[in-house]
Amino acid sequence: MGRSSTVKETQALFQSLRSAYAATPNNLKIIDVYVGFAVLTAVIQVVYMAVVGSFPFNSFLSGVLSCIGTAVLAVCLRIQVNKDNKEFKDVAPERAFADFILCNLVLHLVIMNFMG
Amino acid sequence: MPPQTMSAKTDATIGVNGTAKSTSNQAPPPMALPANLKSDLLNKLSLKSFKLKTKQQELLLRVSILFLVYVLAFITRLFSVLRYESMIHEFDPYFNYRTTLFLTEKGFYEFWNWFDYESWYPLGRIVGGTLYPGLMVTAALIYWGLRFLRFAVHIREVCVLTAPFFASNTTLVAYFFGKEIWDSSAGLVAAALIAICPGYISRSVAGSYDNEGVAIFALLLTFYLFVKAVNTGSLTWSLASAFGYFYMVSAWGGYVFIINLIPLYVLVLLITGRYSVRLYIAYNCMYVLGMLLAMQIRFVGFQHVQSGEHMAAMGVFFLMQVFYFLDWVKYLLSDKRLFETFLRITVTTTVGLAAVALGVGTASGYISPWTGRFYSLLDPTYAKDHIPIIASVSEHQPTAWSSFMFDFHILLFLFPAGLYFCFKRLTDATIFIVMYGLTSMYFAGVMVRLILVATPAVCLISAIAVSATVKNLAQLLRTKSKVTQGGSSKAASGSKASSKALLDQSQPFQRNGAIALLLGVFYLLSKYATHCTWVTSEAYSSPSIVLAARGAHGNKVIFDDYREAYFWLQQNTPTDAKVMSWWDYGYQITAMANRTVIVDNNTWNNTHIATVGRAMSSYEDEAYEIMRELDVGYVLVVFGGVTGYSSDDINKFLWMVRIGGGVFPVIKEPDYLVNGEYRVDKGAAPKMLNCLMYKLCYYRFGELMTEYGKPPGFDRARGVEIGNKDIKLEHLEEAFTTSNWIVRIYKVKPPNNRW
Repeated sequence: MGRSSTVKETQALFQSLRSAYAATPNNLKIIDVYVGFAVLTAVIQVVYMAVVGSFPFNSFLSGVLSCIGTAVLAVCLRIQVNKDNKEFKDVAPERAFADFILCNLVLHLVIMNFMG
Repeated sequence: MPPQTMSAKTDATIGVNGTAKSTSNQAPPPMALPANLKSDLLNKLSLKSFKLKTKQQELLLRVSILFLVYVLAFITRLFSVLRYESMIHEFDPYFNYRTTLFLTEKGFYEFWNWFDYESWYPLGRIVGGTLYPGLMVTAALIYWGLRFLRFAVHIREVCVLTAPFFASNTTLVAYFFGKEIWDSSAGLVAAALIAICPGYISRSVAGSYDNEGVAIFALLLTFYLFVKAVNTGSLTWSLASAFGYFYMVSAWGGYVFIINLIPLYVLVLLITGRYSVRLYIAYNCMYVLGMLLAMQIRFVGFQHVQSGEHMAAMGVFFLMQVFYFLDWVKYLLSDKRLFETFLRITVTTTVGLAAVALGVGTASGYISPWTGRFYSLLDPTYAKDHIPIIASVSEHQPTAWSSFMFDFHILLFLFPAGLYFCFKRLTDATIFIVMYGLTSMYFAGVMVRLILVATPAVCLISAIAVSATVKNLAQLLRTKSKVTQGGSSKAASGSKASSKALLDQSQPFQRNGAIALLLGVFYLLSKYATHCTWVTSEAYSSPSIVLAARGAHGNKVIFDDYREAYFWLQQNTPTDAKVMSWWDYGYQITAMANRTVIVDNNTWNNTHIATVGRAMSSYEDEAYEIMRELDVGYVLVVFGGVTGYSSDDINKFLWMVRIGGGVFPVIKEPDYLVNGEYRVDKGAAPKMLNCLMYKLCYYRFGELMTEYGKPPGFDRARGVEIGNKDIKLEHLEEAFTTSNWIVRIYKVKPPNNRW
């Protein structure tokens, strides 16, 4: 009835999502893997903090924020490199990558200062 | 003759006679036909060279205007240096000066780890972790830079001139910001307006070495870089805005305004359907990097993840992730219906999670609520009832209309006009400036001090109004035969009839109307400049530590009593003597007299201040006990009865009572009032006539003739004859009274020998 139709809908949803995602170019998939890795690391750190407590809070924050930060920067890179984004048509992918590297450099320098 | 035809042609078409020179050394051609060809060619050349020249002329014009505005912003703030001398003004700058001195003498390591035992005796103060280091580090860097270039400047000169220097830099940033929002002419007008606007000058004159001098520059820079990042979607601009935010956090506690305005702006863009990937890139990069950089300042610490004032930014951060995710899924899915199902699931889960997280965080106390200082901005009556020390600061009072007029002049009515123009051309950038303007004007209405934060927004928006109006009027002037639409006239000038003319017959009338309106604009702007200079000269250039008045014969009389008293303290008291005074003078005493104080302007410990307040409002015996507990050696009071100086301790006395009574219920405010009235003459309350503050201020005053025709003991600041003229002090003795009786210092006598 209603339930089976929603189940069917969600199944159709997942199917179309999977097929559409398979069509994305490889360089974007690599960036997606990197983002997934960063978020996973952050989740692991949060779980660890929940287990052992957050005593050197600055270390915890710096660890989690470095993961979140690099994930967010990678998503920005993905946006700028994606050929379907018309707003960034005239931005060379090398320039986008250089921006990404620069921001990551600043991020990790601050993290190293903050970690204590 | 060929030269004649040349000049005639150029005059007819362009009207600039510079081009005649470039064509003057052509040899006259022998025949008529080549002459025509050659004249055509020369004409084209002159046109081309004219085009080059226009661009160069424009660039020259812009650069020279900006240079003049830069110099103007600097020199209009130098009134007090020219009239008195190059010294630090007011109260707070003395602490900043002292810390900068410490930094330049001892270096960074000592500075970060400085524990100051000379203030808040016996508690001390961890200076390294409780100040915003931006201002001191900036001044120290400038000082070291100048020293490296072998300019032998003293750190005091650098400190005095830091604020005007950064005000000039602010005008440059205002130009670029105006260029980003509207166009370069609006930028030029904005730079010119902000160079002399009294709202900004009040806190950035030479000598006013306070955080705001640098912070407003950092604020405008951060906003400009962020708007640039949103417009271009580039990671480098977002990184730059994160650094601008870091500089702002290091400079002033008002950075909370930025970290709440930018998320609010992003939210407004999302709601109005202006979500774009550029916004995503700009906000995310700025938020993550900015937050991390901000947490490097020890005073800010972990507030970005723990304080309620910063939660809006985090909420919008998560919201942006959700938006991006939804956008990406929408792009992946081709079927609209599937996307709608997905949308429903996602939105419900997100909202539920967010509500749960916020609820748990606030209820468990992990996310601290809004602190008193910022909560009183949302609820202006809060401080008056609960936190008297915040309510007592004169800068925290609500703003009167006269203050707005005084500080903004014509910008006050140009602001709504500029809002109109912004709404006509809505882009991401104009939405930002509108939001900045409206929020800052609201807060400026709540607290006088925050007019400073509203000033850049008001100047920018007014610049848009001025620039757009003048452009339209000038266009009206330039069109000779075409019919143009009526230029949008300013709301103030009522000659709408001329601007609505659309027929050929009324065209000269239109031109005359445009000329009249342009003259009106010129008149208003010149009035603005006059007003600003007058305000700067009369109201905002007083050092507060040196008072000036007109003598009986019109000559200028200068009261240098404060510094006289501080130097007396420095030279005539033991080096470990403790001085008790009201907290206003704490910074000055530590900086100039170099003595330990009990409380100072930092006001971080309310109970300690209340103890001092209690001591000042008690009878001499009880006060003596408190003073012995605190090891007080000297008491300093400020008294304006002889000179008519109205910011003295007797006028501030009720605040001492209120603050003291807030912690020690033994002090009750009605004890000092008579029928709710505050009096110091014969009809005053008996507790008032015998409390320590009264005795110290009016000791020996009863014998003094202050004004011709009035009895001795006539208090010129209150305008009454004092009630208790026969004052005897038991536990204190008078140590020093300055030449105009403004500062009085008393020595606390050791306890009597038993027998």
